Amino acid sequence: MISVENLRKRYDGTVAVDDISFEVQTGEVLGFLGPNGAGKTTTMKIMTCYMPPTSGDVIINGRSVLEDSMEIRKSLGYLPEDSPLYTFLPVLEYLQFVAEMRGLQPPIRGKRIREMIEVCGLGDVLSRDIRELSRGYRQRVGLAQALVHDPDLIILDEPTSGLDPNQIAEIRTLIREFGKEKTLILSTHILPEVTATCDRVIIINRGGIVADGSPEELVGRMQGSQRLQIGFAAGSFDVSTAVPVIEALPGVSSVESTGVEGGVALLSLETGKESDLRLDLYRLAAGNEWPLVELHLEQGTLEDIFRELTVGDESVRRTGPASEREG
Amino acid sequence: MSTLNLTAIANSNITALYKKELKAYFNSPIAYVVMSVFLLMAGWFFANDLFLGGKASLRTFFEVGRLIFVFFIPAITMRLLAEERQSGSLQLLVTYPISDMEIVIAKWLAGVTLLAATLLFTSIYWFTIFLLGNPDEGAVIGGYLGLMLMGSAGCALGLFASSLSRNQIVAFVFAFAVLFTLFILDSVIVFLPAGIAGVLEYLSLGYHLDNLSRGVLDSRDLLYFLSLTVLGLAFAADRLADRKE
Repeated sequence: MISVENLRKRYDGTVAVDDISFEVQTGEVLGFLGPNGAGKTTTMKIMTCYMPPTSGDVIINGRSVLEDSMEIRKSLGYLPEDSPLYTFLPVLEYLQFVAEMRGLQPPIRGKRIREMIEVCGLGDVLSRDIRELSRGYRQRVGLAQALVHDPDLIILDEPTSGLDPNQIAEIRTLIREFGKEKTLILSTHILPEVTATCDRVIIINRGGIVADGSPEELVGRMQGSQRLQIGFAAGSFDVSTAVPVIEALPGVSSVESTGVEGGVALLSLETGKESDLRLDLYRLAAGNEWPLVELHLEQGTLEDIFRELTVGDESVRRTGPASEREG
Repeated sequence: MSTLNLTAIANSNITALYKKELKAYFNSPIAYVVMSVFLLMAGWFFANDLFLGGKASLRTFFEVGRLIFVFFIPAITMRLLAEERQSGSLQLLVTYPISDMEIVIAKWLAGVTLLAATLLFTSIYWFTIFLLGNPDEGAVIGGYLGLMLMGSAGCALGLFASSLSRNQIVAFVFAFAVLFTLFILDSVIVFLPAGIAGVLEYLSLGYHLDNLSRGVLDSRDLLYFLSLTVLGLAFAADRLADRKE
């Protein structure tokens, strides 16, 4: 079990991580989500004993990163962002270096290396220098490096950044595979990654935690609003006549014209979370003989939450009452 | 914080890193270029003495060797830590179960090994003069010992220089400046009053190397090189522990 306690990290002048606390249970796959510069990497660097916190502590299986860093390192596998491997070494020699560095003795050393080669699919590139590998292969070597000593805890910083869609799929499959038996923490700013791989998400912004829960929980917790999209046949109909009428409907907090697409004039409505206004809208359109051609309730997504939580003024506007909306 | 733990040298993590550093030297042109240049320059001075001067002696070789080492050592140590910082691989290295001092020791050993390998090639000079003349064995042993001790101290100081920034050029220039200063100290003392001159003389490389190349093994000379080595390694480990980015 991992317990992060009031973690704070200050670089000259700026606070990168500001009083973060959370716990990770054994076997959990935790996604660290946040915009660039939110403090994800710094938190990970403290957990991996790269650098000490300014204050606070991380306790991993009862050991503190401040006092017992050497022991923690032994049970931890880490892959930093952009896989900074020794590119002049051939893949096999690199894995041998890491295994030796990890203190694995023969014959276990050879056995673990062979397992990693198989699991990560490195059989074809063993004698190639790492610098000649594609990013996807390089990432696989990076994962093999993080796993060769069979650690309890794996920390991956942006494991799929810079990969093409096929490579992303491959790496995610590997991550899901490892996540079955290990505690795994990964950071990302790509949202589908979290839904695809994680049991739990922590959204972090400006050095602090702004949300914590399973992806489903977070979507459910979506504050205050849901979105409706309605479209009218553009032709002879002037959408601007409909806007004030729709706005007057009880439950509607804002109406925004989002342009014309394929002859359909689109409006985006924000409504209270509980009220489903689709029927009201249909009746309204029918009564006024508006050419309604589209009516669609958008499910809240992680993306919405992410934007809501990580963009300061946006969240004020969304959660505020109808009267505060922008004119 | 940074304590020199000699028993740690037997650890497999140090061995692993040491081997990696040697591969980094020999898998790239660095080792070959630097060794060839050293042997070319040293060989020219040696052959000059032998064929033109008619002297079966390594004296000139040892004297020129020191000066070449002043350039040579920074060239082989500049990458040791700066490159890891620049490429980001330091982020992984320092999270392995290896202490900062162990990292520094492994890298220092690799640098010293490259120097020793280079000097090994010069044994052909030594062999030649033993065939042709009757050289002072003590002076030969002392001369080699002096170069190795200078190499040990130089590699430690060079590592410290390499720990200062991610820029290898900065590491080279800084290490060169330190070694060159230590190298010229005993030439400037003639202008100074006796009190300061004594101190500076003790600090200079030349003074101790001259002692050794006379075949005199004095603990004060050994202590000088050993102190520089330990100081350089301790400073390097201390800088390595300071990780900001």
